[in-house]
Amino acid sequence: MAGKAVMTGTYFMNGDHACCEGALAVGCRFFAGYPITPATEIAERMSRRLPECGGIYIQMEDELASIAAVLGASWGGVKSMTSTSGPGFSLMMENIGLGICTETPCVVCNVQRAGPSTGLPTLVAQGDMMQARWGSHGHYEVIALAPSSPQEMFDFTIRAFNLSEQYRLPVIIMADEVIGHMNERVVIPREEEITITGRRKPTVPPDMFKPYQADPDGVAPMASCGEGYRIHVTGLTHDERGYPVMDAATQENMTDRLIRKIRGNKDKIIRTDNAYLDDADIVVTAYGISARSAKHAVREARSKGIRAGLIKLETVWPFPEDLIRTLAPSLKALIMPEINAGQMVLELERCAGGACPVELVSHLGGGLIHPAAILDAVMAAHKGKKKKKKEA
Amino acid sequence: MTTKKIAKLPPPHPMDSLLRVDRLPHIWCPGCGIGTVFSTIIAAIQKSQTDLDKISMVSGIGCTGRIAGYVKLDSYHTTHGRAIPFATGLKLAKPDTKVLVVSGDGDLFAIGGNHIIHAARRNMDLTVICVNNLNYGMTGGQQAPSTPFGAKTTTSVDGSPEEPFNFCALAAACGAVYVARWTALNVRLLTNSITEAMNKKGFSFIEILTPCPSSFGRRNRMGTGLDLLKFYHDRSVIMNDIDPKDAALNFEGGIVVGRFVNIERPTFIDNYLAAQGHQNAAWPPPNKKTIREPLEKE
Repeated sequence: MAGKAVMTGTYFMNGDHACCEGALAVGCRFFAGYPITPATEIAERMSRRLPECGGIYIQMEDELASIAAVLGASWGGVKSMTSTSGPGFSLMMENIGLGICTETPCVVCNVQRAGPSTGLPTLVAQGDMMQARWGSHGHYEVIALAPSSPQEMFDFTIRAFNLSEQYRLPVIIMADEVIGHMNERVVIPREEEITITGRRKPTVPPDMFKPYQADPDGVAPMASCGEGYRIHVTGLTHDERGYPVMDAATQENMTDRLIRKIRGNKDKIIRTDNAYLDDADIVVTAYGISARSAKHAVREARSKGIRAGLIKLETVWPFPEDLIRTLAPSLKALIMPEINAGQMVLELERCAGGACPVELVSHLGGGLIHPAAILDAVMAAHKGKKKKKKEA
Repeated sequence: MTTKKIAKLPPPHPMDSLLRVDRLPHIWCPGCGIGTVFSTIIAAIQKSQTDLDKISMVSGIGCTGRIAGYVKLDSYHTTHGRAIPFATGLKLAKPDTKVLVVSGDGDLFAIGGNHIIHAARRNMDLTVICVNNLNYGMTGGQQAPSTPFGAKTTTSVDGSPEEPFNFCALAAACGAVYVARWTALNVRLLTNSITEAMNKKGFSFIEILTPCPSSFGRRNRMGTGLDLLKFYHDRSVIMNDIDPKDAALNFEGGIVVGRFVNIERPTFIDNYLAAQGHQNAAWPPPNKKTIREPLEKE
């Protein structure tokens, strides 16, 4: 139904389009973007749908401008987003840092393709996972979500906006070409069933308001442009008043809080979808499109009597460190399939802390990881342990 | 015996209501022209009598980029070169707010050059004020897209081998509806011009030539800030309404200043709203080709 922000119903829809519908349903009314395969469909649908919903779409001159406009619109009090893929994601890095430093809520959807450089524009990869974490300079924390289906593109886009408003930072959706272009069933719920988190507003008059004075959870209320607070916002290291102060103490206060507001709330942010974990001794940890291959492989392993389990990472950053630390000592192996040469597996290894072997099932991009490859790794881990027992 | 000094508060300045007085003193060097530009902007805002909650300022990085930090408005100090796209997002989210972009020549025309040409093309409703001090001041005086041919900077010690831009001609060619150039000496004209630009719907652009005695002036042995003002005073000439193409900066006694462009054109928002629900209304245009008279035969 044209003109409705929430298109309640059941659809056969691709992931890029589902991302748009999620954004509109949660109240996104501004999109600035630049065409890039395989994320173009997001910009195209937004250009058509936003005016119907009273919002604005603008096609900027490049990705540097897109993300800058998104930050500007967010300070104008409007929920805003952009979408891109590898090369454009690289261009956005500096202003993602500005968004982190100035604590600007917004959403960036990266529909990953294979790199480096122009790479394989039309084919899948998961090679930007560490870029999402560390791509902008300086030390900071991020939130990144990894959908594995068009339905999750819808659901996670809603969650991405809610997290960005709640914790005041750019939240990144790490999709990929297959999810973006794949058509599947997408159920859009009724409007009243959608949870919407707005940004915290100042509760004190302008003369008493300090724009970066945080509440106990580390998040400060946000005064948008034109609300009478007349605040200063800068990417320079700033104090609670938002004023630049060039010294080590202010740097520590500011960065410590930017990190703490995410780390301190990680239990509320991190979500995993676990299966067969109770008695598992081999756990496949996977995210995005590879989690679907992993699910298939784990079921196969179970049918062969292997006690395999699955952790599907819904949030990839922050990483579910506590869960992995608790599980690792009781496991024969942790296995991670990913379409890169090993990125999130480094985090898995770090969290396992040597308590169990960690295996990578790698694909360098351009195709998906076949469940058989993951099953092979599970079987090898299963046999490896038995073999060791015999030797002993 | 000690004498007790009673701290006497200075009387409030007429511009205090628009200053973040708790941030003073500012960082600009003695003799710098940015302070003059800043006070003309404040005077123009006061003169315009606009609701102060309906004006905001966006700046990029550099000496001029710091202006946003001293003005008591909703003010945004963004990344290098990205003030205009940030302001674009802000303006589209809050169309009833006047958005001033105040930044330097390097920020707006080197690293941010792509954005200014597209914002002018779209006729985005912004007032862009470019403080042109002929070099990168904040980093100690390097060559910029404004540095005159042959001028010395720390990265062109034998004289710049590059021709500079004519910012006003560039802005006009890209579609700006208001284009003016002044020096930091033309305080009254400049103030009026800023007010005029703020009230102008669409993309307005004002270039202001300012002295930078600490970097540009020093490298080129041009003396103090006052000497630099005298340099501009002696060599500039006001020529309103001339084609900005003919107003390339000629420092040998022909620094043309004035208001060059003041035209009407629908803004991005005007066109965006007009297009909704009128598919194919504007394209393709009707064929109005007329048959030309054949050339006279001898």
